This record gives sequence, structure tokens and C-alpha cells, in this order.
Amino acid sequence: MDTIEKNLIEQVADIHKVPEGAYNIRSNGELAGRNTTANIDIVTKQDKPGIDIIIKPGTKNESVHIPVVLSLSGLKDMVYNDFYIGEDSDVTIVAGCGIHNCGIDTSEHDGVHTFYIKKGAKVKYIEKHYGEGDGEGKRILNPSTIINIEDGGYMEMDSVQIKGVDSTKRDTKAYLADGATLVIHEKIMTHGTQTAETNFEVDLDGKGSSANVVSRSVAKEKSEQIFNSRINGNNECNGHTECDAIIMDEASVSAIPQLTANNIDAALIHEAAIGKIAGEQLIKLMTLGLTEAEAEEQIVNGFLK
Amino acid sequence: MLELQNICYQINDESRDKEILRNINLKIDEHLIVITGPNGGGKSTLAKMIAGIIKPLSGKIILDGEDITELSVTQKAKKGISFAFQQPVRFKGLTVIDMIRLAAGKDITIPEACSYLSEVGLCAKDYINREINASLSGGEAKRIEIAMVLARGTKFSIFDEPEAGIDLWSFQNLIQVFENMYKKIKGQVLIISHQERILNIADRIIVLADGQVIDEGNREKVMPRLIKSDIACPTLLEKMKQEV
Repeated sequence: MDTIEKNLIEQVADIHKVPEGAYNIRSNGELAGRNTTANIDIVTKQDKPGIDIIIKPGTKNESVHIPVVLSLSGLKDMVYNDFYIGEDSDVTIVAGCGIHNCGIDTSEHDGVHTFYIKKGAKVKYIEKHYGEGDGEGKRILNPSTIINIEDGGYMEMDSVQIKGVDSTKRDTKAYLADGATLVIHEKIMTHGTQTAETNFEVDLDGKGSSANVVSRSVAKEKSEQIFNSRINGNNECNGHTECDAIIMDEASVSAIPQLTANNIDAALIHEAAIGKIAGEQLIKLMTLGLTEAEAEEQIVNGFLK
Repeated sequence: MLELQNICYQINDESRDKEILRNINLKIDEHLIVITGPNGGGKSTLAKMIAGIIKPLSGKIILDGEDITELSVTQKAKKGISFAFQQPVRFKGLTVIDMIRLAAGKDITIPEACSYLSEVGLCAKDYINREINASLSGGEAKRIEIAMVLARGTKFSIFDEPEAGIDLWSFQNLIQVFENMYKKIKGQVLIISHQERILNIADRIIVLADGQVIDEGNREKVMPRLIKSDIACPTLLEKMKQEV
């Protein structure tokens, strides 16, 4: 891998060298490195592009890194990755995609990630998206995530897109069985003329299931964001969705939470707030000696931290 | 030394001009100065003006011989003016350690940051990574606000009603903070307060009412006049009588 690709991997997976544990690195649509462990197997799909990640029941404190990098302008990459998380396991999965486009053609990576989380299994899933390059070619990322959580399973999903992605449409669908828990934290910052659309739909099917879907975003310049979050309470369950956005310059943000209770014991809450940076926050930081621009940067960085 | 020359300020209230500050002339070279006076008398406006948040309509602000009237908030901060807000500002995401570091202007260590929190009576390890958001109580936010000014350690520190929201247990501690401040940072401290116990540690008391300085001098002179006379409004007297 060259320096550009190494840098992309560092940005999306926080790894500086070969990661520990299992990993699968996809570079410009090709396999660039793979490691499996006694408990974690990675198998290339035969019928379509993508991999199956199979985690044995009872696997504890192991991690899988599956970064994807695109550095060729004009490449359109599409993958299907399936994750089978065995019963009572506890693992961390770090995915992410970095695009470097210095050409004039559009580079695009679309990933469909499907999770099968077995009884009592616990997963932390970290997904980072990043774009760079000074070409006119667009950098597009459209991730889809489908989450199935069996009884007592737990998934925490951290999704981050801070820089450089021109257009993104992110669809996440989740189905939760009895006692299953889903926690999603999304962080997005858009600038220029970027667009970001997020669609969450969570079906709380099981008794005692719960979901907490939280998005924090900053929209700068002429960028546009749409946040759709839909929670369906089909049993005795708890659901909470929250969208908190800072709007700047000439940007546009829509937050559309939707709750449907199909059971009398479904307790569902949504919160949405969109606003500019408060003047008093800027002034407070300026009394500490920061310029207005530095104050703004600190507030935005803190908000998305 | 801070000098205020002929400071005037007015606002337009319901299409009528209302004078908030009228010809304020003060030379401040004492270590600990307390400005007191009835609500609406212009105290907070004056404090904000010194910090650069409000610009005077006319008059000059001179710090150590330099005219700083037209400087921005940032420039005044860099010249050595600190300001603890009456109502601390909340930030989603920024933590106590972030703010103390921004105040200190450098990447100070956690033990150093903790020492500032301890001074204002907060158990540092419980707070250092807390966000300065709505989950902090008024008193906690207030003490962190004071700790930020301590971390800056500048030559002129302003505190706008620091006692508000501070509980009884911490109050004596707060008095000590102000008493020690001069020794530590060798800077002047200006406090806006209604509290008799804060007035009692002042080197100089300035009474501001209806936008004018109506009395000033050392505490031995001003305190008896303030309590006996009717120059102060009943609200102020009532507030001062409240023993903390």
C-alpha cells in the first residue's frame, strides 16, 4: 500500500500498522490483507463481492478491523459484508471507508452490512467515513446497515463522518428481539455543498427491548442534512431518539423523528434541536483569549467529540 | 491600574433612550475592589464594558496607561482582563478540563487543572471530565467559572456576583479564594457583590446606583454609610442582611 492508502486507513480505522486480531483490508476493490484468529473467521463471498465475518460463540474481548480505502478516481465499489456474532460473545468491530479522489471522476463506495447478533452477544461497532483529495471528482459513500439482535443481545454503533465526503445516504434498519438493546451514536459534519441523509428505522419487536438513537451534527457553508429517525414500538419496550444539530452559514438541516407505538406498554420519546452557535458561548471563549474563529472551532469540535 | 474616564452608556428601551451609565470616572489601583449597589444600577454593564463585551457610548478605558476602549473581547482578554460571568455559559461536549486548559492558554496537566478546582471547593476527580452542560447545578457551574479565572491568572480579574448559587459551606472558601488571589496571581480583583462578607474584605468599595458612583472609599468609611443611610435601596439592604 502507498502513503495515501496508509493515511486513509489511519483516518478510518485509527491504526498505524498491521492491526492486532482479525482484519480484512480492501483497497480499490481488491483484497489487500487479511488475518483470521482461532475465534474469528473471515470468508470471501462466492456469489457477490464481500465477506462473511464469523465470530464463534463465547469469543471475548477480540476485535475485527475491516477498513476499505479507495484511491483510484472513478472507482465504484460495492460490497456486502455479513457479520455472524456467536452467542455470548463480546467483540469490537471497526469498519470504515476512506476515499482519496484527486481525479475528475466520481469515486463511490456502497456497503451493505448485515449483523446477525445471537443470544446474549455484545458488539461494539465503530464506523468512520472520511474523504480527501483535491480533484473535482465527487466522493460518495452510501452505507446500509441491517441489524438483527436476538434475545438479550446488545449492539452499540458509533458512526462518524467528519470530513470530505460529498454525498452520503446512510440507511440503518434494526430488529430487536426480547431484552435486546441497541445504542446508536452518529456524528456528522458537512461543509461546502455536501449532502448527508440519514435514515434510521428501529423495530422494537421483543419484550423489554430498548433503543437509543442519538445524532449530533454540524452543517457548515451550503451543505444540507436530513435526519430521519423512526422507532416502532411493537411490544413492551423503551425507545428514545435525539437529533441535535448546529447550523452555520447558509446550511440547511431537517430533523424528522417519527414514533409509532403498536403496544400500550411501548414508551417512546423523541427530541430534536437545531440552532446556531449561541452568541454567549462565543463571547465566553473570547474572554479566555480565543478569537471568534477559534471559539467557533472549539465549540464545534467539542460538540462532535 | 485601570482607569475609567467619563464612561457613558445608554440603551433604547421601548423607543426611549435610557441612561445606564452616566459619566463614570474611576481610577482603580487597589488589589481588591468591590462594586455594590441596587439591582439595575449599572454594575454588570460596567463589568461587561471593562471586558469588552459592551462598548461605551463615550469615554475611555485605560489599562496600565494604554487606551483599550476600542479593543475587542479577545484583545482585552489578551491584555490581561478576565471575566467570570454572573450566569455561567453551558457547552454541549466541552468538558471541565477542556475549559480549564483553554483558560490557562496551554495544555496544562490534569493535576494542575485539579488544583484550580480544589481551590473552589470541587472534588476534582468527580468533575474533570464532566461536560459543562445543563447537568451541572448552578453552584457547580459557578465554581468552575471562578476556577477558569484562577487558571487564567491575569492582571485584572472581574467576578460578576460570584456568590450567587454558592452554598453556605463553600462561601468561606470563596472568600479565601479572593483573599489569596492577589498573592497568587499578583493581579487586581474586581468583584460585583451584595454580600457583606465580600464587602468586608474589600480594599475599596464603590457604590453604583442609577448609573452613577454615589459613594466610594475604603470599607471602614463606606460600610457604615451604606448600612445606615438610605442611599441604598431596600432590596440591597435586604440582600446584605441575609447572612450566608
